[in-house]
Amino acid sequence: MRILIYIGEGLKIALTALRAYKMRSILTTLGIVIGVMTVITIVALVQGLNKAFTEEISALGSDTLYIDKYSWFMDRDTYFAYRNRPNIKIHEAERVKELSRLAEAVAPALYTRRNIQYRERKLEGSIVVGTTEDYLITSNAYPEYGRFFTSTDVDHRRSVCVLGWEVAQKLFPNTDPIGKRVSIEGRKMRVIGVREKKGSFFNNNFDTWVFIPINTFASIFGTRYRSVQMEVKVKSPDLVEDAEIELAGVMRRIRGLSGGDENNFAINKQSMLMDTYNDLTGVLWAVAIGVGSISLLVGGIGIMNILLVSVTERTREIGIRKAIGAKRFDIMVQFLIESIMICAIGVFIGILCAVGLAKLVASVSPIPAVITPWVVFLGLAFTTVIGIFFGIYPASKAAKLNPIEALRYE
Amino acid sequence: MMIQLKDINKVYEIGSISVNALRDVDLNIGQNEYVAIMGPSGSGKSTLMNIIGCLDTASSGTYLLNDVDVSDMDDDQLAEIRNREIGFVFQTFNLLPRANALHNVELPLIYNGTPSSKRRQQAENALDRVGLTDRMHHKPNELSGGQRQRVAIARALVNNPSIILADEPTGNLDSKTGDEIMEVFEELHDAGNTIILVTHEEYIAEHSDRIIRLRDGYVERDEAKSELAL
Ligand SMILES: Nc1ncnc2c1ncn2[C@@H]1O[C@H](COP(=O)(O)OP(=O)(O)O)[C@@H](O)[C@H]1O
Ligand SMILES: [Mg+2]
Repeated sequence: MRILIYIGEGLKIALTALRAYKMRSILTTLGIVIGVMTVITIVALVQGLNKAFTEEISALGSDTLYIDKYSWFMDRDTYFAYRNRPNIKIHEAERVKELSRLAEAVAPALYTRRNIQYRERKLEGSIVVGTTEDYLITSNAYPEYGRFFTSTDVDHRRSVCVLGWEVAQKLFPNTDPIGKRVSIEGRKMRVIGVREKKGSFFNNNFDTWVFIPINTFASIFGTRYRSVQMEVKVKSPDLVEDAEIELAGVMRRIRGLSGGDENNFAINKQSMLMDTYNDLTGVLWAVAIGVGSISLLVGGIGIMNILLVSVTERTREIGIRKAIGAKRFDIMVQFLIESIMICAIGVFIGILCAVGLAKLVASVSPIPAVITPWVVFLGLAFTTVIGIFFGIYPASKAAKLNPIEALRYE
Repeated sequence: MMIQLKDINKVYEIGSISVNALRDVDLNIGQNEYVAIMGPSGSGKSTLMNIIGCLDTASSGTYLLNDVDVSDMDDDQLAEIRNREIGFVFQTFNLLPRANALHNVELPLIYNGTPSSKRRQQAENALDRVGLTDRMHHKPNELSGGQRQRVAIARALVNNPSIILADEPTGNLDSKTGDEIMEVFEELHDAGNTIILVTHEEYIAEHSDRIIRLRDGYVERDEAKSELAL
């Protein structure tokens, strides 16, 4: 109860003082404004990036491994080294499927860019994917209409295809595509299904893709200079690490590699993207923390300075209050509240600027910005901590003033 | 006895020089007395006042206030005593310039934790006693000197202290206003308050029942009014 009364009085005094020295108070908060603005803007941008990135990357699935000739992250030298690796062949994928015990599905995939046509409608350079029935599981995308192809379609090299959502929309705006024949590079293919809408991953729009059985793909486009990419779905997400080891072993066995030989294939996974991404955002965090803490320090010292001035100016007032019965603690609380209030103004303006800045960045660049409500709590925490930290010295100086000397001060 | 001072000495050390502002002061002041402290400038009046008012402590000697020894109390304990037992009236008023009369008077109540509604009630009563009900919401710079001193008196008595201490309360006022302020003290005394007043003017001291004269830190004379009249 008592403390509430002191705080009430402290607030009243602080408000009066701030009103009396508006300009000075606002200038004092500048450091805090810049610090808070920097931190919150960067936090908002990083969070925005996180959200976008996590959404993108979740399309890959954390329980999927990708066996490939190339690693997703290579420098020039490793690229040239990896170019000499043998291409991965369809039969190797079949063997992996046979031998792996942790894989739920193994889908080999070959890619090419071709023109697709239905009557007078034509799509240029669509991505044609040759794969197997397992792709249904590894890519986690199901047919909206019709069906995906089966092992029979694959084994018999049937001329069937499954269209991506957008392909179907563009080639068959008014008609049901199922059963129609589209032509891929002059080859007639019967449409047996349309895939559900899948969206895009970075710049790849999966809905513009067309899927055909891998053996059909091989006989049309050849496999000689192509390397298969294997998508392996692991039975459970917590087996991913075990599966990676197992698959490496399986591949080595298939390829007859002996003890000293290095792997001549790569196993890629989602977490590699995540790691690289985290390194990147780590830099942003460091910048935020660096710039933020320097400006908060400068701002805090500014506040301390102005409070010291304020204590000197109000020496007589402090004397009066002490003569009348204010204890050290009461005077202390008074000046701490003033300090916290100056900070609060700075943090408030800082948050407003940060929101504006984040919106601006979001509107002129592809980087999204997410301002979550917890920045307000962060702001409150900042305010209190900085206000108290930098206010404590001036406040205790005021609290220790000798009342007689303070009363005599001119 | 309300105030018992025994062998009070106050020494100020300024570099290598030491000033004996009070020397072996023995003094007893009782409930509802009206005492004037007189003496030439530099004789130790304010120093004595500050010690009685617990703003300062003596270099040696003991001070019992309402039978409590306050000689060795720390800052915060003294603050509490000041809040509860003492009401100060200063020559220069010492009001908070940015607070209105009501808030100035409420101040002692804030520091003893009185809830706001009760606080306001008591402050209004105190302002009423000094005849300033219609100036409650004025700031000090909107009041005359006499009115300011009345606000200060209201602040001094709002907490029903044991003693009201006034250090040259009329020093900054013209003689007519000074007389009005002295009337206020007279009324407070009649109402049962204990008043100790510092002044160097005989006609102000006339209002009191007892005059203590200081010289060079000594109590030179201590006479009750009845003796004066003789
Ligand atoms: N804070 C102080 N430091 C040093 N000397 C002081 C201080 N306060 C008072 N004195 C000295 O003590 C003596 C008494 O002062 P004071 O009590 O103010 O006298 P009065 O109020 O009677 O004019 C004076 O000589 C004065 O110079
Ligand atoms: Mg004096």
